[in-house]
Parts: sequence; structure tokens; C-alpha cells
Amino acid sequence: MKLSGEAHKFDLNDINTDYIISGKYKFKTLDMKELAKHVMEDLDPDFYSKIKTGDFIVAGSNFGCGSSREQAPLAIKNAGISAVLAKSFARIFYRNAINTGLPVVECDTDKIEHGDRLEVDLSAGVVRNISKNLEIKARPLPEVMIKILNDGGLAPHFRKYGGFQIY
Amino acid sequence: MVLIPVIILERGIKLSGQTIIEKILSSHSGQTARAGDIVIANVDLVMGQDGTSPLAIRAFNDMGGREVFDPEKVAMVIDHSAPSPNEGVSALHKLMREFAEEKKIKLYDIGEGVCHQLMPESGRVGPGKLVVGADSHTCTYGALNAFSTGVGSTDLAGAMISGKMWFKVPETIKFVCEGKLPERVYAKDLILYLIGDVTADGATYKAAEYTGQAVKALSIEGRMTMANMAIEMGAKAGLMEADEKTFRWLKQYSDEKFTPVTADADAEYAEIRRYDVSSLEPQVAMPHRVDNVTGVSQVAGTPIQQAVIGTCTNGRLEDLRAAASILEGRKIHPKVRLIVAPASKRIYLEAIKEGILQVLVEAGAAVVTPGCGPCVGTHNGIPSDGENVISTANRNFKGRMGNSSANIFLASPATVAASALAGEIADPREF
Ligand code: SF4
Repeated sequence: MKLSGEAHKFDLNDINTDYIISGKYKFKTLDMKELAKHVMEDLDPDFYSKIKTGDFIVAGSNFGCGSSREQAPLAIKNAGISAVLAKSFARIFYRNAINTGLPVVECDTDKIEHGDRLEVDLSAGVVRNISKNLEIKARPLPEVMIKILNDGGLAPHFRKYGGFQIY
Repeated sequence: MVLIPVIILERGIKLSGQTIIEKILSSHSGQTARAGDIVIANVDLVMGQDGTSPLAIRAFNDMGGREVFDPEKVAMVIDHSAPSPNEGVSALHKLMREFAEEKKIKLYDIGEGVCHQLMPESGRVGPGKLVVGADSHTCTYGALNAFSTGVGSTDLAGAMISGKMWFKVPETIKFVCEGKLPERVYAKDLILYLIGDVTADGATYKAAEYTGQAVKALSIEGRMTMANMAIEMGAKAGLMEADEKTFRWLKQYSDEKFTPVTADADAEYAEIRRYDVSSLEPQVAMPHRVDNVTGVSQVAGTPIQQAVIGTCTNGRLEDLRAAASILEGRKIHPKVRLIVAPASKRIYLEAIKEGILQVLVEAGAAVVTPGCGPCVGTHNGIPSDGENVISTANRNFKGRMGNSSANIFLASPATVAASALAGEIADPREF
């Protein structure tokens, strides 16, 4: 899977799920398109309007820490973001992202600046920074996650196999 | 010198013993689980709350789920926005009630309490059990020697259908806390200190194991406070060994014969951290990070407008008692609102019986429905712009309580009660 778009850089560590989508919205609705409009709004009130489909969120370490709300990866995905790139991820967010089909890429994000054009090759585990003419290696996903992601998330995986089929 | 026993396998690989979490994952997956392995394990209890269950129900249907794997082992709790503050939430609650009725699973409706108090009180959580919950603070039950962890809604749906979940077996960081906590210094102060020390991602992908004299001396309530906040250092679980206190506590709720799970003497740890708690002062986490921790003396005098006692971290009887011991016969500062949310109906009733609620209400507290209270910004006391809140909760993220222009400080129930009296952050040892 190859993805391409522009980097929206949040130069911060520990971006928590309350920043990604505030609890005050998530409890109200199951309409993810509606939630998507509020994605990252406490960090950048106009963020949603700046996204072009396919763009990336780029951040520091421990992205997605905090609550188990799956609305966090879903709001990001429904806002048109094609993948999140960070130095590391909090584990529940990481699982939730894969389960809902949002690719997450662990790599050295110091080599990416706001506005850089990126190409992400998920199967090769490589991020190409076109603007800087750089290649950044991504940490490979565990095999079980590749399998779930390739099936499009855990729901399609279950539909296909009727349960976990991860070995 | 202590000789560490080492098992030598035929292949010549040295194999040391197992940690608590490795043992629980072994017994539930039918294979010898070692840090780094991926296992599929059977789960003993699956729990969802009203912020996560609606999406889990949607995923359940999307996966083609028909029945849950075992209705006895699935529970749902309406606690985050309970009672419902608006129509949107009401519709989601209705969806949960209908699903629970149809699948014959237990639903704890409004007023029953916070999920992480109700699951242990249900008698279904104890030593050696494996619990998954669609709530990040599911790690609370590690206090009872169980492996419990938070997952998202889709994982929850998968577990409801299959009774299984895949896990990466985590490495463990052992926290050895020796010494005796001083007067008016509690489990909450200790865990805040540890989080400040290891930082918010200091234990990511790992399990925390708490041990040492100071931990053994804690009540089960205090242990739950410590296990509850393991996630604030990124940990997958916060485990403790079971002792007599654990079994005495469990007896109130269950007849089951639980078998305690202990770590082997030669278990391998990612890291062992040692602390002496004897001179710890009350701790405060400052805005907007849980690991932004300092001693109360550094922030004393900061004006506050709202004080909150409750949540799955500190809404238990012992916590209400600690607050009452400070508030008894006094009135809170006229410029402070004090909100109290007992963690469960059972605790609520006991607090009434003991006269604790009378003390709190007479001091000026507003008591709200057992449940999450104002913790997550859905209702029950959303602060205004620029206001400072001191709370016994576990998170002080910007916007957490529903207003990103408010500041949240975290502390023990005693520190919160003392601050409510003073109108500013105050040291409970002075009251
Ligand atoms: S009390 Fe707060 S932290 Fe605990 S389950 Fe409820 S919302 Fe989450």
C-alpha cells in the first residue's frame, strides 16, 4: 500500500486522545463524519479545514496516549488523513488504529517538517520525504497487525475468518 | 550471594522464571508466554461502558456477530454520562439497553457506579483472571492480582464474539516501594510520584508490577488507586500479588476459590526501580500532564474554584472518609464548588450509613450520581474559562473536563478536601 500527501506536523510528544477528539463530543454521537470536524481542535482550531484527503499527521513520541476511545483513530481517518507518523504510539491507540484500518507508522519524525510532501510505502516500511529528498525507515508492524490491516481492519478480518486467524 | 536458579533446556537456552503477567497469559493461552510473544488468550470477563459500547455494538454487527460467546462473561455499564444529559447520549444508552436485553448480558444502568468499581464488586474479578474492558483504566483490577487491560471498541466486539483476544506479552517493570507512608500521604501521592518519575510514556508496551512494604501495607482501595493509574505511565497493566487482605476483600463479593499468581524469584524484568516512601510529601500533578508532578508545598496557595472527589481512582469509601476527616465541622471556602461522586451505589449507601455523606454535605459538597461524575467533561460540573480545578481523578489533560481553557490539578482526596476549605491548593497535613 502506497500513500502520498502533505505532512501536518504537530511538534509535540504525548498528544493524548482528548486532544485528538474531546470527550465532550465523542459521547454524543456515532456519526464519525461529524466527529471528524473536531479532530485536533484544541491544538489547532482550524485543523479540519486544512486537511486535503490523503494528508498525514506527523508528531513526536507517545501519540494517542490516554483513553481507549476508538473515536480517536476514526475521527482522524474520517477527516481524510491517510496515516499517522510518530516516533512512538500509545498501545491502545496503536491497536485501535490498526483495528479500524488507519495505518500508523513509527519512524524518526524529526526528519519531517510541516508542509513536506511525503510518500509512505507501508509494505516496504519506508517513508519518502519528497520535499527533502530523504528516505526514512519505519519500524515494521508485528505480523498479526499487518494481517489485520491488510484485511481492512478487525471487522473485515472477522467477517472473513469468523474469528482471529493470525498465525 | 543469592544463587538464581536457572532452567537449562536441552537446546542449551537458559530460561528464567515468569512474571505475573506471563503466567496469566500462559494459563489463558495454553502456551508458555514470554515477553515479546504474541498469544491468543481466552478472556474471563469483557466489559464496555457508555462511551465505548455503542461503537462496539456497531462493530459487533459489522463483524456478523449474532450471540456473545458467554452472556455471563460480558457486562456493560452506563457510567460516563449517567443520567443522560442530552438526546444524543440518550439514544446511545437506549442502544446499549436493547443490545444487553437481546444478548442477555448484564447491564449496570445509571446510578450503579463507575465500571471499575462495579467489576471488582461483581465478584467476577480476582487473582489469575484475564479481563478486557473498553476503557483505558481497566488496568485497575491488577490490584486484585488479575491481568486486566483497556482495549478499543472493535477489539471489544471481537472479544464479545470469540471470547478471545490477541496480546503481545509485555515486559514488566518492577516498582519496589519500601518504607512507611507518612500521615496524610496516600496511595494516590505514591502513584503520582512514580508517574512523575517514569513519565507518561515510561512504561509504554510494558506491565508495571508494584511491590514492597509500602504497597503491601495499602488497603485494597489504595492498591486499586495505584493499579488504576498504571495507564498514565503508558503501561498495559499494573499488577500486584495477592495476600490475605486480597482474599478477605474478595470474600465479600464472591465464593470462588481463586488461586494467587506470584512472580517467580528468577523472573526477568525490563527494569527494577526502588523507592523509599518514608519522607514522601503529598503530591500534585499540575496542568496539563499527569507526569507534571510536584510536592504540594510547591503549588500551595494556587487559587481554586472547583474541587472534585470521586472517579474510579479515588471515589471509594476510604477516600470519602479521608475527605470527611478534614471537612468535619467545617465549611468549604465560599468561592469553591465541591463536587462528590461516590464510585458505586454500594459505597454511596455505606457512606450514608457511616454519616460521611452528612459531613460532606454539611461542609458544602454537592453530591452527584455514583458514576464518573465530572471526570470526563460530559456533565456534572464543567469548569469555566480560566478556572482552576483540583480533582482526585487520574487525568488532567487540557479539555478533559469539557473546557480546554480550564486548568486541572490532580491530588489525593485529603489534599482536595483541604484545598476546598482553603480556597487554594493546600497541604492536608496542616488540617
Ligand atoms: S471515572 Fe473518569 S477515568 Fe474513571 S472510568 Fe470514568 S471517565 Fe474514565
